[in-house]
Amino acid sequence: MKLDRVLQYSQAYNFYQWAFRRHGPEQGVVFLAQRRVYILPTRHGLTFGVALILMLIGSINYNLSLGYVLTFLLAGLGVVSILHTFRNLVHLYVSAGRVSPVFAGEIARFQIVFENRGSLERSSLDAVCGTARARFDVPAHRHCTVELAIRAEKRGSLPLARVTVETRFPLGLMRAWSYVQPDMRALVYPRPDTAPLPVPDADSETGHVVSLGAGTDDFAGLRPYQASDSPRHVAWKASARSETLLTKFFAGRASSELWFDWDSLPQGMDLEARLSRLTRWVLLAEERGLRYGLKLPEASIPLGDGFPHRERCLKELALFGK
Amino acid sequence: MPDPKAPGALPPLPLATLVAGAAISVASHTQWLPVWVSVALAALLSWRVAIAIRGASLPPRWVLILLTLGTAVGVFLSFRTIMGRDPGVTLLVMLLFLKLLETRAARDVFVVAFLVYFVALANFFYSQSIPIAGLMLFTVIVATTALVGFSAPQRPMAEHLKTAGRMLAQAGPVMLLLFFLFPRVQGPLWGLPQDAYSGVTGLSDTMSPGAISALSLSDAIAFRVRFETATPQRNQLYWRGPVMTDFDGSTWRVGLPQLRREMRVDAYGAPIDYEVTLEPHNRNWMFALEMPTRIPESARLTSDYLPISLTPIRSRIRYEMRSSPQFQARSGANPGDLAAALRLPGGVNPRARALSREWRESLADDSAVVRRAIEFYRGSRFEYTLQPPLLGRNSVDEFLFDAKQGFCEHFASSFVFLMRAAGVPARVVTGYQGGDTNPVDGYMVVRQADAHAWAEVWLESSGWTRVDPTAAAIPVRVELGITAAAPAGVPLLMRSGFNWVKGLRNNWDALTNQWNQWVLGYNPDRQLELLSRLGMKQPSWETMTLALFWSVGGVLLLVALWLLRGIRREDAVQRAWLRFCGKLARAGIARAGTEGPLDYAGRVSQRFPGKEPAVRAITALYVEQRYGPATDAESLGRLRHLVREFAP
Repeated sequence: MKLDRVLQYSQAYNFYQWAFRRHGPEQGVVFLAQRRVYILPTRHGLTFGVALILMLIGSINYNLSLGYVLTFLLAGLGVVSILHTFRNLVHLYVSAGRVSPVFAGEIARFQIVFENRGSLERSSLDAVCGTARARFDVPAHRHCTVELAIRAEKRGSLPLARVTVETRFPLGLMRAWSYVQPDMRALVYPRPDTAPLPVPDADSETGHVVSLGAGTDDFAGLRPYQASDSPRHVAWKASARSETLLTKFFAGRASSELWFDWDSLPQGMDLEARLSRLTRWVLLAEERGLRYGLKLPEASIPLGDGFPHRERCLKELALFGK
Repeated sequence: MPDPKAPGALPPLPLATLVAGAAISVASHTQWLPVWVSVALAALLSWRVAIAIRGASLPPRWVLILLTLGTAVGVFLSFRTIMGRDPGVTLLVMLLFLKLLETRAARDVFVVAFLVYFVALANFFYSQSIPIAGLMLFTVIVATTALVGFSAPQRPMAEHLKTAGRMLAQAGPVMLLLFFLFPRVQGPLWGLPQDAYSGVTGLSDTMSPGAISALSLSDAIAFRVRFETATPQRNQLYWRGPVMTDFDGSTWRVGLPQLRREMRVDAYGAPIDYEVTLEPHNRNWMFALEMPTRIPESARLTSDYLPISLTPIRSRIRYEMRSSPQFQARSGANPGDLAAALRLPGGVNPRARALSREWRESLADDSAVVRRAIEFYRGSRFEYTLQPPLLGRNSVDEFLFDAKQGFCEHFASSFVFLMRAAGVPARVVTGYQGGDTNPVDGYMVVRQADAHAWAEVWLESSGWTRVDPTAAAIPVRVELGITAAAPAGVPLLMRSGFNWVKGLRNNWDALTNQWNQWVLGYNPDRQLELLSRLGMKQPSWETMTLALFWSVGGVLLLVALWLLRGIRREDAVQRAWLRFCGKLARAGIARAGTEGPLDYAGRVSQRFPGKEPAVRAITALYVEQRYGPATDAESLGRLRHLVREFAP
């Protein structure tokens, strides 16, 4: 462990750690120090080197003094481009940005923030993660938010994999790169299937059923607002007259309350299919402004509606069993 | 996502820049390229530009393959080979322009850029003058700007130009170090193609009527001379070149060159020391004032007193010589040599032979015959012209008695004929006579127009003796030079009456000379000389490589510091603060991890009451700059100064 603390200053050790994925995600702001920026010639850079050797041989063979001058000038250019490419990447600050939850099979957009606290403009950088690639520039004393679009295959929590930040600016002869892995995860909800909302069961505790949607207009009175009430049921005009917020109370209300129960699904359904079905129901119920609750083997979410409630249910479904 | 095969896939402005770079790199090649190639280049360029303007698609691959094959056939038909320098460069240039029609992806861009660099280098096969060097530097800037443009298409072009210029400027010191310190090898590494040195002008190893007058039309520089001792009189400036012994009635030829051990010159009077910078002429001979008494170590002296190099002179060389204008040259006069110097083709020029016989019978000795002949030339009314009439089979008779118009080769040739017919061993010497001192840098410049031919006779009393029949007939040629003797024919710029032009040309020549001496003439010898002068004892390739390594490394370190200077500026305040905290930590009062700067300052002030003002000032400056709206250079300087001065 102590050895590790010394070795972290070595570029080679640092590279080894990253290249073989022994390095974990990093929290907070990551500073791209010199030791974690690596640089090698690109394929074009190697071709350029071969071209220079040919030019040198030609100059020697024909005793071309200006041939030497040109060859050495281009050689100098190649060497200087190492410094320029390195400088274009080093000393950037990288931190995790936002990532919104998505459904499985959709594209998760990870935002990474690159900050340039120096006075040099950084041009044509690429952030690469798997097949996702984004090109960006960071002007002096500015920051830039880069979005990496990564397909979320499975429900659960999708951590951002190792991101390669690279640049070939200015000549394309050299490639400087660095590995970063900001600690960020996208929440991936189960992929909803295409089932309709269930016809509420007569035996269910929620009592008998009227057709869905009916009864919500059947105004029965006002009661004080509770945190779980849908904003669209708030009686704004009445609330304005009284001191407190009031919620409209509907007669048919009981009929539009739904419990989505894990155990009520058919026995043969496998786990992921169940989660997909429940996800679909949550979405449909929220769409239609119903109050709904979720019963899972390990957890249960009481009745409610509104966006936070939906998120809570979906999160529970996404992380089920994980 | 755009179709990568569409021409629009590459950013248009950098692409236009790259095409411009290609056009500039090829421009100066058109002066020697076959006409059809120049026309084809123009057509390909217009085609490419039309594609770009109309947004049309690039030609399909099979068209390009056909065009490439056509180019190869055309080059073969033009040059009868596709090997060698000129066909090679022609192919390279055509390939570059064909490649312009195939710029689809980033890969093609790099190929084009590298080809542009190659074509720029190929320019130096034909000329290494200052203007060409400038043009090629421009080409490199343009091509590099295009490369920068492709790597960051969203920036404006002016920024690309700035980046490219900055990078080339930083590459400059590296280039200089490599140029002076890279261990030089004298080329060629392998046999060069036949045409590598075509097109160099200079004296030849044969002399037929009209050969030297043709040379006189060229104001190309033959060599430059820097005299260590006083500059000799113009009529002493006989630069000895190939000596012609064999005559077939119309053409003089150099005999077999012979190297002999016992060559000696008896010199009288003050010697002349000088250094010659000889332009390449693809022959072995090295020019020296008559008569060379000390020649460079690498040179040899032939039996007719001509210093030669062991290999043809294919690049500009510099050598030191010592000559004595007063001499007796008695070597190279074996019976065989003298017999060769008497041989004449039979049956031609009967009138000249009759004249010689008359002199021989009436005069006592050889020197009297020579004097008589000089008088003959002085007395006859000869005309000196660069356009002599064509002469027939009896060329000497026609020149001496009928036309009486000729150039120096006619005078020398007829004189030697007369001498040999009279039984006096004689031969023709070609070379240069005269030279103009450039007042700007003091170098004497000898041009092809100064080419001359004179005679040498063997006299028992004085050995090989120079006789210049041209000087006898037309004294002004030797006294004032070719421009005065035949003003109508010489190159415009060499004539008198163009003094301001001459002044300009003198300056330009002096600049070119410095360029030649230091840039183009920098060879392994000069490298050793320079390194020894810089104090490197016994420079070898190992020591040079070592010196190169360290100096280039040093330069790169400086460039790196310069480049990275702005990169940490933001943290300067923090660094000063950390330094301050470090000083206190060593004094035993370290800042706790969670302690704010003001709390810390309070604690420090209690511990070191005497330092309270300094501690308060530093902390205030730090807080103001760290958490305030902006940092200004003055406050930062004050903070740094206070921290530096601070000692707990």
